[in-house]
Amino acid sequence: MALNKKERLQFTLLILCALGLATAIALFALRKNVSYFFTPQQVHELRTMDDARVVDGRVFRLGGLVKPGSLEKTSHDLLIRFIVTDDLRDQKVEYKGIAPDLFREGQGVVATGSLQKDVFVATVLLAKHDEKYTPPELAKEMKKLHGEKTGDPDDKKAGKPE
Amino acid sequence: MSNSGSIIGRFANPGRFLALANYVLPVAWLAAALFFAAGLYVAFFDSPPDYQQGETVRIMYIHVPAAWMALFTYVTMAAAAFVGLIWKHVLAELYAKAVAPVGACFTFICLVTGSLWGKPMWGAWWVWDARLTSVLVLFFLYVGYMVLVDAFDDEQRGINAGACLLLAGVINIPVIKFSVDWWNTLHQPASIIRMDGATVDKTMLLPLALMAGAFHFLFIALAFFRLRTEIFARRARATRLRGVA
Repeated sequence: MALNKKERLQFTLLILCALGLATAIALFALRKNVSYFFTPQQVHELRTMDDARVVDGRVFRLGGLVKPGSLEKTSHDLLIRFIVTDDLRDQKVEYKGIAPDLFREGQGVVATGSLQKDVFVATVLLAKHDEKYTPPELAKEMKKLHGEKTGDPDDKKAGKPE
Repeated sequence: MSNSGSIIGRFANPGRFLALANYVLPVAWLAAALFFAAGLYVAFFDSPPDYQQGETVRIMYIHVPAAWMALFTYVTMAAAAFVGLIWKHVLAELYAKAVAPVGACFTFICLVTGSLWGKPMWGAWWVWDARLTSVLVLFFLYVGYMVLVDAFDDEQRGINAGACLLLAGVINIPVIKFSVDWWNTLHQPASIIRMDGATVDKTMLLPLALMAGAFHFLFIALAFFRLRTEIFARRARATRLRGVA
């Protein structure tokens, strides 16, 4: 290319702007598909719209916090029941298997499975932790001071409808 | 050089760069060694475990600086590629070629340590969420760049083609950074570079800062070392060609 310096600069900037715009549009169009999981509120909205992605038996991922006080362990078959919440809506979940170490009430989780009527039957259960890093003693004291739950506060934000 | 009066013009001279490298290299190597010694000691022996993640939190002191450097290296490469394409500065053209393997290694370290951290904490070695996938794309960009640059017989054509790839790939950088905010991901949002201040306790910020310093000095040392090697290689080739002609 026999372009001079100024032409090269203009040409490169033009291409970069076009590329940036194209990517922004593509990502905007993909915004629902790029999400790793749906929150209970999003699941509810998709269900009311009869969206094929959350019909009974269709596998998808559900994410949110394990509602404190909702965890039920059954004595047989490693079956656990709990509620995943995003503070807007609750979703009953059943999971059979070994839960990750971080799994507990108030903790963020991402479950893979499908809805059977109003129960989400999970086949894979992953723990999602928050972005806070604190020594254990300090966390205990903060909890005493604020009565704060050790959950993932950012999932509240994720619960906003898109 | 057309803009020899500017600062870039002054330092874009390979001779001056080589003189500067003689001063920078020993200092950078020494600083990297000291920071790594202090950082690793504090990270492993003198910092608390996390209230949720226990001892595995120490993986952060390698994982996070490696991730920062993976992004930082790419941004500097793309900036240099831009300057190289437009102003044809020799150093800028050689820079991306010189540091690409360094950036690829940082990205690889980030991916591997992240995987080792993900299994005990999340319960999975790998998930295809937006953060992990976009960092994997960054790794492929580094590898693709290295392959592309070497795919031409004419070195200059390789460097130009590589520069175009680097500039197109810049799009991925904000996607990596904001993937955890734009979409639901398994990866948690940012802890340090965020609007409302760091959410990492200061007893853990110290080893993280020391390790970040160590990685930066290591990068400076490697970048100067490799860029100097590229200049020597180019000179050796020129001498050989003159001998043949």
